[in-house]
Amino acid sequence: MTWTLVAAIWATLFAGITLLLSRDLLRAILGSMILGSAVNLMIFAAGRVGPSGPAIVPYGTQALAEGSANPLPQALVLTAIVIGLALACFAFVLIQGIVTATGTADSTRLRIAEPLPDHPYYPPHPGPDDGGPSPAATEAARPVAAEAPR
Amino acid sequence: MSVIAPVLPVLIPLGTAVATAMTLRSPTLQLRLAMAGSVALLATGLWLVAVEGTIPPEGLGGWAVPFGIAFHLDGVGALMVLVTALMAVASLLYMSSGIDTDPRHPLLVPVLMGMVAGVTGAFSTADLFNLYVWFEIMLITALGVLAMGGTPRHLDATWKYLGLNLFGTLLLLAAVGLIYGATGHLNYDALASAAPGVPPGLMTALLVVLGVSLLLKSGAFPLFAWLPASYHTLPAPVLALVAGLLTKVGVYALLRLGNDVFAGVAAPVLFEALGWVAAATMLLGVIGAAYHWDMRRILAFHIISQIGYILLAIALGGLGDRDASAAAVFYTLHHIVVKANLFLIAGLIAAYAGSYDLRRIGGVHAAMPMLSVLFAIPALSLVGIPPLSGFWAKVLVLQSLVEQGRWVWLVFALGVSVLTLYSMMKIWLEAMWRPHPQAGWQRRAVRAGPALAAACMLAGVTLWIGLAPQTLIDLSLAAVADFGPGVQVADGQGGRP
Repeated sequence: MTWTLVAAIWATLFAGITLLLSRDLLRAILGSMILGSAVNLMIFAAGRVGPSGPAIVPYGTQALAEGSANPLPQALVLTAIVIGLALACFAFVLIQGIVTATGTADSTRLRIAEPLPDHPYYPPHPGPDDGGPSPAATEAARPVAAEAPR
Repeated sequence: MSVIAPVLPVLIPLGTAVATAMTLRSPTLQLRLAMAGSVALLATGLWLVAVEGTIPPEGLGGWAVPFGIAFHLDGVGALMVLVTALMAVASLLYMSSGIDTDPRHPLLVPVLMGMVAGVTGAFSTADLFNLYVWFEIMLITALGVLAMGGTPRHLDATWKYLGLNLFGTLLLLAAVGLIYGATGHLNYDALASAAPGVPPGLMTALLVVLGVSLLLKSGAFPLFAWLPASYHTLPAPVLALVAGLLTKVGVYALLRLGNDVFAGVAAPVLFEALGWVAAATMLLGVIGAAYHWDMRRILAFHIISQIGYILLAIALGGLGDRDASAAAVFYTLHHIVVKANLFLIAGLIAAYAGSYDLRRIGGVHAAMPMLSVLFAIPALSLVGIPPLSGFWAKVLVLQSLVEQGRWVWLVFALGVSVLTLYSMMKIWLEAMWRPHPQAGWQRRAVRAGPALAAACMLAGVTLWIGLAPQTLIDLSLAAVADFGPGVQVADGQGGRP
């Protein structure tokens, strides 16, 4: 059983890392989700695979019955699954936003926040959307000497 | 009180986050509530530092300490909570000015408070898995803050931040799971007593996985690419909070786990490696800073460079010098204040002069001499000019380097200081002394009162640390006094549960 689990962890790790190295945003996120599953399996195996009884204290007693599974890895994996799901949902919405805003899902073409040195605006000058404070963002459209009343 | 005391630094920001989330319609009320929460957190931090180390660890939910999730605020945690609260106050004060704050997303303040809760949670927990959970909370709130900008460059930055950090948390989770598998424990004290029972080779391998994940979170070489790719897209007050706190939590975790929990079992070769990583981090961070022209990007690279110094102190601490651990604490506290203040003042300069890009601004010293003096305080402190706080922080690290005879690392540390000076001079010459590139330039009218107050407050803290360093040095030394292989817990055999 343990060796089956080890083989499963390696296969999942391999699949996750392969996808994670992809330039495509969606594949990379799917890869990290699969990698997360591999890590969860790892925690599960770390808590020793053996007894298979449910980790529930029987009614009227104070401790787990003999032959119950270790409840702690189950709690850890459950927490990790919940967190992983939330991050995956965030990532999917983010990818949708990126594709809508930039028209590309190729991570090597995402150079908006970090323009390359041969970028037409940077140097000599960053574009109008250089993320400065709001007066700077409108600088191009207005004579600089004019005070910006706020 | 003692039951709730160790979780108070988490409860206050979490409660504030809920309260500000319920007042989305009124930005003013939101800011006031958040400010009240942050001041309460500041008071808690002061109280925790005053009663330092006397609060016993608290297992939540009525579970005994090695099995329940424990919260324990010792000296280091209390100091970190205090400086976190100070940053939250400064950032919120800045937000009530008119600089780089419009338009403010209604969810920004609640999410920032959630981030503060994540940071204080990581400082006050005494449980390895719980530490992972707080890192996830910091990750998702930082992603939220980045994505709130909404423009393509924000989304791009969010993606860069997400990619590497998601991998880092998965690595951290794997390390936590494997350490649990090897020791049967997650509680810090229980881990410290159970770890010697693990075969040394296995323990070293596990600590490498743990260390790499935390180094990624700290922004250390070679895993810092996410930091300069994303930080510069944030507005100034948010950037100050994020840049001041998030990477330092990774550093704190390394300090706590490397110099305290696993101090007895971590092989010296690990700390040798950490020292070289620290040297490379220092050097490459400052070289990256030399290349850039955007003030925020320059300062973001300086975070990396300064992280190198703290990592160096941690490495020396792990090689057996307890004073170096204290130096790491001192350096971290000084660095959080100074770095956040530099970002706040960069925001002020950009608001007055029109841009963050050094090629497009100038003449600040002629127009506003006091602002350039205000900039000089944290800038020179970052370089390490006496008598500012950075000087004492560097002296403490250099003392440990000399005591251990680490001459190569000493050369790195001194050389990087010179390069830091070069980089600060670049900002000074371009933004302050050079005339503004556009003829007839006049400084813009901005509502800067609260922002100036926040920057002056942090500059005051820097000056206070610089002029009376002994208080903080004593506090740091006392905080790390009980570092090292911990006390035996009830279940001291290190067996599996």
